[in-house]
Amino acid sequence: MSTVIHHSHAADDFSIPYAKRGPSETRVLVGYGFWLFLLTDIIIFSAMFASYAVLVNHTADGPKGVQLFDRTDVLLETVFLLLSSFTCGIMALASAAENRIHTYLSAGATFVLGAGFLVLELMEFSHMISAGTGPSRSAFLSAFFGLVGMHGIHVFLGLIWLMVMMVQVQTIGFSKMVQRRLHCFNLFWHALDIVWIGVFTIVYLGAK
Amino acid sequence: MLGKLSWAAIPHEPIPLIAGLGMITAMLLVLGIITWKKWWGVLWRDWITSVDHKKVGVMYILLALVMLVRGFVDALMMRSQLAMAAGGASGYLPPEHYSQIFSAHGTIMIFFVAMTFIVGLMNLVVPLQIGARDVAFPVLNSVSFWLTTSGMLLMNISLIIGEFARTGWLAYPPLSELAYSPQVGVDYYLWALQIAGLGTLLSGINLTATILKMRTPGMGYFEMPIFCWTALASNLLIIAAFPILTATFLMLMLDRYLGFHFFTTTAGGDPMMYINLIWAWGHPEVYILILPAFGVFSEVFSTFSGKPLFGYRSMVAATMSICVLSFVVWLHHFFTMGAGANVNAFFGIMTMIIAIPTGVKVFNWLFTMYGGSVRFTTPIYWSLGFIVTFVLGGMTGVLLAIPPVDFVLHNSLFLIAHFHNVIIGGVVFGLFAGYTFWFPKVFGFKLHEGLGKAIFWCWFIGFYVAFMPLYILGIMGATRRMQHYTNMDWQPFMIVAFVGALIIMVGIALIVVQLYVSIKYREQNRCDGDCWNGRTLEWSTTSPPPHWNYTELPQVKSLEDFWHSKQPNGAPLEYVKNQGNIFHMPKPSALGIIIAFFSSILGFAMVWHIWWLAIIGLLGNFVALLEHAWHTDNEIDIDPSDPAHTHGHA
Repeated sequence: MSTVIHHSHAADDFSIPYAKRGPSETRVLVGYGFWLFLLTDIIIFSAMFASYAVLVNHTADGPKGVQLFDRTDVLLETVFLLLSSFTCGIMALASAAENRIHTYLSAGATFVLGAGFLVLELMEFSHMISAGTGPSRSAFLSAFFGLVGMHGIHVFLGLIWLMVMMVQVQTIGFSKMVQRRLHCFNLFWHALDIVWIGVFTIVYLGAK
Repeated sequence: MLGKLSWAAIPHEPIPLIAGLGMITAMLLVLGIITWKKWWGVLWRDWITSVDHKKVGVMYILLALVMLVRGFVDALMMRSQLAMAAGGASGYLPPEHYSQIFSAHGTIMIFFVAMTFIVGLMNLVVPLQIGARDVAFPVLNSVSFWLTTSGMLLMNISLIIGEFARTGWLAYPPLSELAYSPQVGVDYYLWALQIAGLGTLLSGINLTATILKMRTPGMGYFEMPIFCWTALASNLLIIAAFPILTATFLMLMLDRYLGFHFFTTTAGGDPMMYINLIWAWGHPEVYILILPAFGVFSEVFSTFSGKPLFGYRSMVAATMSICVLSFVVWLHHFFTMGAGANVNAFFGIMTMIIAIPTGVKVFNWLFTMYGGSVRFTTPIYWSLGFIVTFVLGGMTGVLLAIPPVDFVLHNSLFLIAHFHNVIIGGVVFGLFAGYTFWFPKVFGFKLHEGLGKAIFWCWFIGFYVAFMPLYILGIMGATRRMQHYTNMDWQPFMIVAFVGALIIMVGIALIVVQLYVSIKYREQNRCDGDCWNGRTLEWSTTSPPPHWNYTELPQVKSLEDFWHSKQPNGAPLEYVKNQGNIFHMPKPSALGIIIAFFSSILGFAMVWHIWWLAIIGLLGNFVALLEHAWHTDNEIDIDPSDPAHTHGHA
């Protein structure tokens, strides 16, 4: 009824169309699945962006964005986050080369820059809240804190993830599993940068 | 210490009290039987910690069937209340209880019956059809299932401790805001659905990656069985739509817990934004449900007509266009909101357009049967019943797509009749067709045919008796979600509808009987791999398949390779030789149930504002994930030639 044929390297056989080469290897699969996850995350952000766009003028006689935002601070935040993406890229190269020292150093730089971003953001938030312009003041401010806070929580979770990954590098080493996770972290961190570009442009530069 | 929780949270009215006690007794009984029969070890090893997509699928479907009973009891209560509560009679359910019942009915039926069943079926079938050994991320799959279970648990706890939402199944603000729903009902709703929704989202990612990246060698997109195409469309929609639901619920949570003003009527909040957002998820959701059902019918018509599916490529095109179009019709759920004539016209026309690919499908199914010799098995009964019923429901849908008509029928029982017509006649019939069709693949024996047909007739007749009167009532002016009415002309129709619900009840009882009888007499209904003279790959492996589905991966050449291999001059199926005799399968994992445990604690604590407990739930999840991150040996070696089949790493 059945015969057996030998196809040892179907995955690398370029004469076969890509879709027909059989199951992908784990590295590809994990990266692909994580991309899909990032898509869902981006859609959550788009719902937050949409609600911000709807509510931006619903200030309930309270202050508008232009009266609240300090663009110098925000520029600094942006610089921190973009630089952290650069150091994160360095980390990807270092971990691919399985160089522990360079991985730790670049991860440390990423962590410090990310934490710096978070501190600046929290200072901005606490300043606004103590001035009576917290999320309960108006729908506009609810949408602002919802969107920007959502991004901040992602950065916070990213920092925890980065710490865990460094302990994994220390205890497990550059195994395939750890490499895959570092790859996913990289994707995550860069995606947060892209979202921040949207926040910076629409929320802060677009404030009227 | 215990937040808002106190003895007052335990219901004092007889009906919820009895229901709650009944549920607790049933659970204790089940736990008792498991302990008495000493099944805990087997249950833990082979089911609870299993990451095998077939077992996860079976557990999903079992969960859906249990919740079907719960949701249906709600339906019976509503129909019996309305059969009585006319004129001077007030029935037996007070308004605040009745509101919880219709909210729970909708929530349960959509999220914990239809969704759960569909995800279970896709889990069972997709890897087998594409020649994969499991889904892309098996442990994540188990986590998804257990998150769904956690949501279900919270949903059922609300019956005993506190109350459920009184807001309807979509919890529209401002009613669902703290100002108008200060009780815990809406919080139960939000946490149950956030947790279960996360499970669905992860499962959508998993199945999409599985279909796109795990197909056996030679299986391009147009060699994929049609059910996989519809599952792909459905999971793409999950990826695109469920995050909107998560974000929307998150905003409502922020409103309720932290005093935000996304949807409040004060400080500039916009309740209508919620309605837009929730339907931007909600309309794709109905296609998430119906598309896999379309896939089931396609497989069933083709198999039992002994012919290839008519217009396979047009079916794929129709599926994918529905997938896209489903995102541009959401506004037809609230034509009356006042978006203006032009906006309403656009969405009305788009709604009519989306009926076209569905019409294409109906003709494809009819032409598949044409010229074939149709074998009248239970799955084909469901499929034929579906065509008749679904076309009717589709037509009332096109009727409602006309905005002026919708202004008259909005929020009436006509609408209720319409969506039950498409969801029962489409999704539920499809689920039972699929359940009967693939049951022997999973267990190695068929379900009892006679009882299967009896179940079909109960549902089919019961549906018409229960919902045709609702169309008429809707035109007579009866609105949805009413607990009492004064117009005595409505009562005869209400009584007929109640009788219809009783007929469906017999159908549901027979499902249990059918399972019992089929298991008891399974030796008479055994089948080999190919139980129905099937056409697609899943019938080429044994029934039940081994844990790893295929010892050697099939090398696919065309859409119906397996069917061709059975023809007199057909080429036999080819297989890809493994490199060495051993391959790897994922190890069982307790991560899923541990995550579900802590998520349930988190949800319950947040509902009752028990902050310290919520922190424990959160930390528990974090530690569980951390612990899992250090599992470096997640696979076992499988040697198919070894009689014991498996041995662990040295």
